[in-house]
Amino acid sequence: MKTQTKSVDIDRSAGDFAYPEVHVRDAGAGLSEKTVHYISDVKEDPDWVREFRLRGLKTFLEKPLPTHWASKDLETINFDKIRYYLAPGTGAKRSWDEVPEDIKRTFERLGIPEQERKFLAGVEAQFDSEAVYSNIKKAVGEQGVIFVGSTEGLKNHPEIFRKWFGKVIPIGDNKFSALNSAVFSGGSFIYVPPGVKVKHPLQAYFRINAENFGQFERTLIIADEGSEVTYMEGCTAPKFNTTTLHSAVVELIALKGAKIQYITVQNWSANVFNLVTKRGLAHENAEVKWIDCNIGSRLTMKYPGVVLKGRKARGEVLSIALANNGQHQDTGAKMIHAADETTSNIISKSISVGTGRATYRGLVHVPKHLKNCKNNTECDALLINSTSRTDTYPAITVRGTGNAVQHEASVSQVSAEQIFYMQQRGLSKAQAMSLSVNGFVNDLVRQFPMEYSVELKRLIELEMEGSVG
Amino acid sequence: MSLVAHDEVNQAGSILSGPAVLRDFPDWFREQQREAWKQFESLPSPTRKDQLWRFSNVDLLDLSPFKFGGAQSDDVRDAILEQSRGLDEVAARLIFAGDQLIERDVISEQLKKRGVIFQPLERAMVEHVDLFRKHFMSQPAVLGSAKFAALHKALVSSGTFLYVPRGVEIELPIEIFHWLHDENASVFPHLLLVTDELAKVTVVEHFRSLDRHGEKEQPAGFACGVNDLIAGPGAKITYVCAQTWGENVRALQMNTTTVDHDASAMSLNLHLGAKYSRFESLSRLIGEGGRSDLLAVSVADGTQEFDARTLQDHVSPHTASDLLYKNALDDRARCTFGGLIRVEPHAHFTDAYQKVRNLLLSDDSEANSMPGLEILADNVRCTHGATSGQVDEEELFYLRSRGIPVPVAQRLIVTGFLNEVIQRLDQPAIAAHLHRLIENKFAQFRNGNSKGKARTNLLPDY
Repeated sequence: MKTQTKSVDIDRSAGDFAYPEVHVRDAGAGLSEKTVHYISDVKEDPDWVREFRLRGLKTFLEKPLPTHWASKDLETINFDKIRYYLAPGTGAKRSWDEVPEDIKRTFERLGIPEQERKFLAGVEAQFDSEAVYSNIKKAVGEQGVIFVGSTEGLKNHPEIFRKWFGKVIPIGDNKFSALNSAVFSGGSFIYVPPGVKVKHPLQAYFRINAENFGQFERTLIIADEGSEVTYMEGCTAPKFNTTTLHSAVVELIALKGAKIQYITVQNWSANVFNLVTKRGLAHENAEVKWIDCNIGSRLTMKYPGVVLKGRKARGEVLSIALANNGQHQDTGAKMIHAADETTSNIISKSISVGTGRATYRGLVHVPKHLKNCKNNTECDALLINSTSRTDTYPAITVRGTGNAVQHEASVSQVSAEQIFYMQQRGLSKAQAMSLSVNGFVNDLVRQFPMEYSVELKRLIELEMEGSVG
Repeated sequence: MSLVAHDEVNQAGSILSGPAVLRDFPDWFREQQREAWKQFESLPSPTRKDQLWRFSNVDLLDLSPFKFGGAQSDDVRDAILEQSRGLDEVAARLIFAGDQLIERDVISEQLKKRGVIFQPLERAMVEHVDLFRKHFMSQPAVLGSAKFAALHKALVSSGTFLYVPRGVEIELPIEIFHWLHDENASVFPHLLLVTDELAKVTVVEHFRSLDRHGEKEQPAGFACGVNDLIAGPGAKITYVCAQTWGENVRALQMNTTTVDHDASAMSLNLHLGAKYSRFESLSRLIGEGGRSDLLAVSVADGTQEFDARTLQDHVSPHTASDLLYKNALDDRARCTFGGLIRVEPHAHFTDAYQKVRNLLLSDDSEANSMPGLEILADNVRCTHGATSGQVDEEELFYLRSRGIPVPVAQRLIVTGFLNEVIQRLDQPAIAAHLHRLIENKFAQFRNGNSKGKARTNLLPDY
């Protein structure tokens, strides 16, 4: 196992470094029509995209912050101080040798090229606003799989891109999806042709290097009939004194019989506002599965959803959140049942340490006249210290007969008896605590790809250090 | 929607004209009512965007048609007394019609001697000022209806005051009836129950509309009630509400239970009537060893809407609460449950449970569940669960194979489903009465009494 611990870097301190900025393109601070035109000009957007962006801006300015339920911390974001587009202006390279030296060094320190050689079918690396590297293994490319940055996808594959873009998450879905629609840049575009099963995961790595910056990537994944794909994303940023905004929009489309698995390990530094909209659309017999780990950021608000549109579609959200001092992990899931015999499963585990706060917000909707829909939701929360906090706010609507929905949640602390037992066997209190917490998330972590589960366990051990006296 | 339409204000008897000046209340109380009225006028009307009113049909809360209840004719009065049948054996009884006390069975001399006080609210505010002022609406309405609590405070004109002193146990239940009888009448029922150390009491409240045989349209009405239930140290209180308002009544009820150390409070709310009924229940556990059980049963059909909001507020360490709500829904009925367990900082060693179960009997019924947890302490055990499902086909098959017809089998299954809650009361006489009320509602399904129903799935024509 030891050899693999380097493979996926989600250690908090490992991402905490920054190189001087080298940007050629800079939209400046603040958001106006001028900013949007600047981005459109630089990216040579077609007219419909420019109009889409302007509509996004208008909606963003009109919509209020979700203050009646969301954390008041949102109000501290100063939208006028943020820089909305920063790029080295070199375009995405197919080989690491062509990537500018200091950017390459950043990703080498994060271990991305090494992982690519080991087990990934393709990698995209985004540095601030644009992808600097994007490549897939030859064999995968030959099967017709497209894996490029969103800018490139828009340019080279407009016929597929335009058909699905903004269809799962409309501009006006929420204030931050509107903001993303106005200034989006970067992210991945993936198309998997019918019947193709991509064996190894595709990975994207998002890096914020600049201060007072907002990253707004836009990812669109289309799995055609009967295809399968796994996508992993990782992210880090250095610890600046000012806050940074990350607001992505991710749309997944699983056509008939397709399977998409989307894995996130979010490890932003503790000054990042991570406000992300993620939703998948599952057609007949298709499956969309979100695996979501939130460990970093100051405030995360993220509720991955699945719209179960076709008969027998399946949706799943597995989520782990770890909220440490000063962090608020406001996560959850949405399952919209829109066809007969659709099933969904939500399993959420959260751990609150120190003054950390973990919140689960869920929405399950089963409209009338549907038959044999099933939802299962389980939320478990673990509280480590007396100052820790956890909340659960699900909303479940069921209409009509023939459906079964169940929701369960529990909150507990680490059992004193367990700790006593382990201490009595010679473990230190901290070791015992860490073992106990790992046991709490174990059944969920086991469902993750090996590289992630090993790292996660190690990370939890790290986080638990010093949490008990 | 405007709750205070100014052209309505001057209309004689409208509740939106504010507190009546003629009432013979103490000055301090009248002042309090004027203050509350100002508050009512200044607070905004709820909208569906408020988290506390999510899924609720706030459009049904237009209060402009409603008037103060007037005096009733002798015929009506006799009819009400005739229909005021509840439990067979009670310790005492009050009957209110249109907020006026029309009959009273007083408590025994023995209980009176031991210091039990059972009297109308307006007497208590004169004779027991200190107790009254200390406990009357002392907790703010935090579950969404602050505006309607203010309305109640401004317009309440009668109600029940019950004080059980230290160590006194009242074996038989105390029974209270509230009646609505006129078209567009309104009532503001109030129960102020204060128990001292180690006291024990059970109160059963009936909320009913006068059944007018042969009339096409059941009269519209509005009820806006508040209960203050205070369990002193080591006391044991049981509160049962049997709500069978007429089908055009809109009802709001806001109950606050305060549980002191080593006390226990149990409440059971049965909801069968009304067009729209919102029920807010706040349970505050303020002393170590306190325990609160919150139970509710509702059977909704036609276009009925029931909206329950609860808060189990654990203020003190070493407290326990347990909530069980069950709803059976037919036709186009809607039920909403919004519940929260809140464990305040330092309220360690809390045990809190919350369970809501919905049984959907038709394709057009709808159940919304929002069970919530807010935990600010770490040494706790909390769970909540919500399920929505339908009658189990296998159970139905089993009963049919034993020769029981489908309609009866379905009724048995629903009754069994609801019985789990009612049994928790552990008071057979009251349980039997509640079952009778549920049976009556099922019988109405069969006779097709309730109007505007496309079909009845609960008892289909096989």
